Amino acid sequence: MQSASLFERKLMAPAIRDAFAKLDPRKLVRNPVMFTTAVVAAVASVILLRNIAIDGDGLAFQGQLVFWLWLTVLFGNFAEALAGGRGKAQAQSLRATKDQLVALRIGKFGATEEVPASQLRFGDVVLVTPGRQIPADGEVVAGVASVNEAAITGESAPVIREAGGDRSAVTAGTTVISDEIRVKVTAEPGSGFLDRMIALVEGASRQKTPNEIALTILLTGLTLIFLVAVGTLPAFAEFSGDAIAVPVLIALFVALIPTTISGLLSAIGIAGMDRLIRFNVLAKSGRAVEAAGDIGTLLLDKTGTITIGDRQASEFVPLLGVAPADLVSAARLSSLADPTPEGRSIVALAGAGETLPTEAETVAFSAQTRVSGVDLPGRSIRKGAVDAVLKLGDFPPGSVLALKRITDRIAQAGGTPLAVVENGRLLGAIHLKDIIKAGIRERFVELRRMGIRTVMITGDNPLTAAAIAAEAGVDDFLAEATPEDKLAYIRKEQGEGKLVAMCGDGTNDAPALAQSDVGVAMNTGTQAAREAGNMVDLDSDPTKLIEVVGIGKQLLMTRGALTTFSIANDIAKYFAILPAIFVVLYPALGALNIMGLASPSSAILSAIIFNAVIIPLLVPLALKGVAYRPMPAASQLLRNLAIYGAGGVIAPFIGIKLIDLAVAGLGLA
Amino acid sequence: MLTAILTVILIVGGAALLSWPLGNYMAWLFSGRFARADRLFIRAVGDAPDQNWKQYSVALLAFNALMFAFAFLLLATQHALPLNPDGQTAAPLDLVFNTAASFTTNTNLQHYSGESTWSYLAQLGGLMWLQFVSAATGIAALAALARGIGGQASMGNFFLDLQRAAFCVLLPLAMIVACFIALRGVPMTFEGAAAVTTLEGVTQTIARGPAAAFVAIKQLGTNGGGFFGPNSTHPLENPDFWANSLQMISIIIIPMACVWMFGRIIGRMKHAGVIFGVMLVFLLVKIGGSVAFESAPTQAFANLPIMADVGNLEGKELRLGATTGPLWAVLTTSTSNGSVGAMHDSLNPLTGLMPMAGMWLNATFGGVGVGMINMFLYVVVAVFIAGMMVGRTPEYLGHKVEGREMRLAILALISHAVLILGGTAIFAATVWGQDTLNNVGAHGFSEILYEFSSAGANNGSGFEGLGDDTVPWNIATGLVMLIGRYLPIIVPLAIVGSLMAKKRSAESAGTLSVEGGTFGTMLVITILIFGALTFFPAAALGPIAEHVTLMR
Repeated sequence: MQSASLFERKLMAPAIRDAFAKLDPRKLVRNPVMFTTAVVAAVASVILLRNIAIDGDGLAFQGQLVFWLWLTVLFGNFAEALAGGRGKAQAQSLRATKDQLVALRIGKFGATEEVPASQLRFGDVVLVTPGRQIPADGEVVAGVASVNEAAITGESAPVIREAGGDRSAVTAGTTVISDEIRVKVTAEPGSGFLDRMIALVEGASRQKTPNEIALTILLTGLTLIFLVAVGTLPAFAEFSGDAIAVPVLIALFVALIPTTISGLLSAIGIAGMDRLIRFNVLAKSGRAVEAAGDIGTLLLDKTGTITIGDRQASEFVPLLGVAPADLVSAARLSSLADPTPEGRSIVALAGAGETLPTEAETVAFSAQTRVSGVDLPGRSIRKGAVDAVLKLGDFPPGSVLALKRITDRIAQAGGTPLAVVENGRLLGAIHLKDIIKAGIRERFVELRRMGIRTVMITGDNPLTAAAIAAEAGVDDFLAEATPEDKLAYIRKEQGEGKLVAMCGDGTNDAPALAQSDVGVAMNTGTQAAREAGNMVDLDSDPTKLIEVVGIGKQLLMTRGALTTFSIANDIAKYFAILPAIFVVLYPALGALNIMGLASPSSAILSAIIFNAVIIPLLVPLALKGVAYRPMPAASQLLRNLAIYGAGGVIAPFIGIKLIDLAVAGLGLA
Repeated sequence: MLTAILTVILIVGGAALLSWPLGNYMAWLFSGRFARADRLFIRAVGDAPDQNWKQYSVALLAFNALMFAFAFLLLATQHALPLNPDGQTAAPLDLVFNTAASFTTNTNLQHYSGESTWSYLAQLGGLMWLQFVSAATGIAALAALARGIGGQASMGNFFLDLQRAAFCVLLPLAMIVACFIALRGVPMTFEGAAAVTTLEGVTQTIARGPAAAFVAIKQLGTNGGGFFGPNSTHPLENPDFWANSLQMISIIIIPMACVWMFGRIIGRMKHAGVIFGVMLVFLLVKIGGSVAFESAPTQAFANLPIMADVGNLEGKELRLGATTGPLWAVLTTSTSNGSVGAMHDSLNPLTGLMPMAGMWLNATFGGVGVGMINMFLYVVVAVFIAGMMVGRTPEYLGHKVEGREMRLAILALISHAVLILGGTAIFAATVWGQDTLNNVGAHGFSEILYEFSSAGANNGSGFEGLGDDTVPWNIATGLVMLIGRYLPIIVPLAIVGSLMAKKRSAESAGTLSVEGGTFGTMLVITILIFGALTFFPAAALGPIAEHVTLMR
């Protein structure tokens, strides 16, 4: 998926249009603070109209006040519209893709008929030929094909999809490049992956998360508190012998209530989902994104995440009494025809030597025997997993024992041993080593400082796993892991009150994905896995789990930081507006005007202008998220408190003063 | 100046030191360490099953309703009952309502002078008894809250907790304090008023009575209801420096100990330390402010040709010095005590703001038990905002803070503002308030504001200068006291009940720590913004307006 720049011009115009459309009270009421702002802006407007009718004074001031009050509401709407706009554009292109899908449905008697994709039902089987788009989500039931999934993932390199196994799922909207496949439809119309993606990027199914609900309650509560504080002022003023004009009270009220964070709240949520989408991860709910921030335990697959996929030969270990050269030669010969990266690495480690004679017969690796090798005239060489090699014949117990000692040592060092046998004589072992990805160790240190435990999942035996775990610096490992083990481990961690994240692709991962709090399914995985997870990684890159956690944290931090900023602003606003209001009652209260604002009306106007324009000024921050670096919670709090708390106190003093200079300079009030 | 600092160190430091062992003792007590006493208490009520938050709240409310009904009856019928040597007559029912509400809610707002209104039986059997059980109610509620948030399965049993607090905490301490002040000269007698002939040859009636017992629990239980009208400015309630010092320590010691008790029950002494520190900072700022503001002479002397270098002596007990007046004023309003050691009406304007700020926050040590409960509300809000800033959905001690908890916390915080500002608005705008004032303008406004702050915060001190024994005042402040007492007790119990129902999450380096200075800072900011900013406009029209107008 292409990323769009923050303020792309083509997104601005629709966002501005939307800002007005969102003035609809039914939409506005979802955000109680902005709704309240709109209500009091309406009241101020009515008062203004009445004053115009009776030709009252101070109309210019009141007019400007009403203008800025409405602008506050519009700015909030604009922020939300802009955040949603990018998604809308994406959704439109996805929808266009979806609408033009046509299917070749296979009827009862094997005949095909062309139908619009929207008529496909669960269980229908369709034929997809080269050049055609797959019309609906489904499972390949026959054939193998290379499929271009760029429409979904943005990655144009084709992938293989075949019947059976973990690579059978296909997605509507992707294109078959070669060969033909038969696909059984597994999604009803409107509930496919494409539909869900459209809904997600559009934000249509965006429900408020529990944290958003709680924050909305807090902000509404603050609004009520200030309603009491401001609503009681007329009575107080009356006692002190004068009345306060209603528009001025409205200005004070709107300035105090947390309009800034309320205007940006839904934009922050949408932008968080959007960051994930641009990162090619689809979250099925905003809740999942927030949960990512709370993760306490990360389950990571060893292969591909912690180690690079391939193992490399690092050492030849001959048995006592075997000439090292014999072992090297045998290992080399048996690997010359082995095309796997491991085989090539053995040849590379052995160095130059004889070539395979033409009469050589290679024995390919099979899952049953788990050995491979070569038969030469007079020489029969086999190499493979130790237990498999030992099953090939009766070896003297002494040499078996010696071999075991060697292979145990290799396993303890985190390596995988391959035994080599020639003509029924054990020669020794090859040490295959897992290569830990560069930089991964540092990542784990970072995660640990953030309080996140990393757990390595591997099919290796416990000895090997322990060694690799130690080298990579993970906190724990799960060796010889079966899907049941994973599930049990997740349950155990959750029982201790931790939230667990994992990624997986196979059908047998589905229960664990469903059990985990954040389950990232690989897009290349099976339909079952993609259904079970609450996120789908379109790039199928398990390393991303770590970034997903960061995005979740960033989302919550942005929310917290802007809340703090918004509330901290109130101090300066009090000092701007209160003296302006009260100076008529007690002239000496002008002493509270510590900013030295030009006049009462200019002070009120400046505060309300600041209150309005701070929303669009903070939109980039809301959309990009606050700067996030992994660090312990205590430092994180201190940092954000210093920037957004202290900044929130100081910024409005400066901002209001500058606006006041401009307002007074231009003679606006 | 040096004397002032030494006095503050003696009182606040002394109380803080003593609060540590007392807090530990209370935590043990409420953890059932004293099995023999517990068995006795359980036998007294028959059975003491574990209660959940609803059962605990119902028990608390029911018992308090009983307390109210009993006090109301006793006060209303005192003229027909024994132990009435001075022949007090029947009190008007609105005053009876106000007084019963006032003492049931641990407020002890007094719209009367004890020595000329109530019989000894009413004072001892009604009011003094309430000073024990209302204080015990607050401590019991805190024990329940701490158990719940600390991860225990039940909140305990209200009737057991009530007896523990009354018999094992309040009663022994009150005995010690009463004996001590009786030795210093506070009367403890059932004889009626003494008639003496003065040096001038006129006959003077000197009210007396069983005051020592009354005064001891008045201070310890953050009650504050004086035996005599002038409260602790009366020489027979507060005879000398030592009695004065002990009483000030008594005011603050149990609220301080409640913080340690909370920390020990939840097993987080460092967290309690942060809370204690935050409370202490607020307390010291208020003390520093009031002592400093009070060192300026009263504005009444402004244009008089007199030396004015000893500070404001108006309304002070000169026997006790100029520092203890403002110090007492801050201590008594930081806690919800409300006894007075100087006339608050006579304080300089900004000095008068300090007690009001104490009542607006109502959590900087606060009332016995309930001060810590109020602080819990601020902690929940602070945890919520700070929790997001560390990039997690907020949690407090492993409990997720979500919509329901937020709604309840906000309800309690708003109620405080509504009761105080709403009441003030109504009385400031109508004859109910306007006709009862001694002063006009900003000072008159302060008098109304102070009275509602005192009622809303269950403090009970009076700014005075207010003819408050009227039907509207009695009814209005009576209602404000009742709502202002029970809502902020029940709502936090409900919050904890809701948190208890959730699975606790484990803590790690990524969880917000509530044990460091950073969180302390966050808590201070939260208290300032949610507690103080709300009242800033009112403060501006009251004490601040008076200050900027009169003082230079």
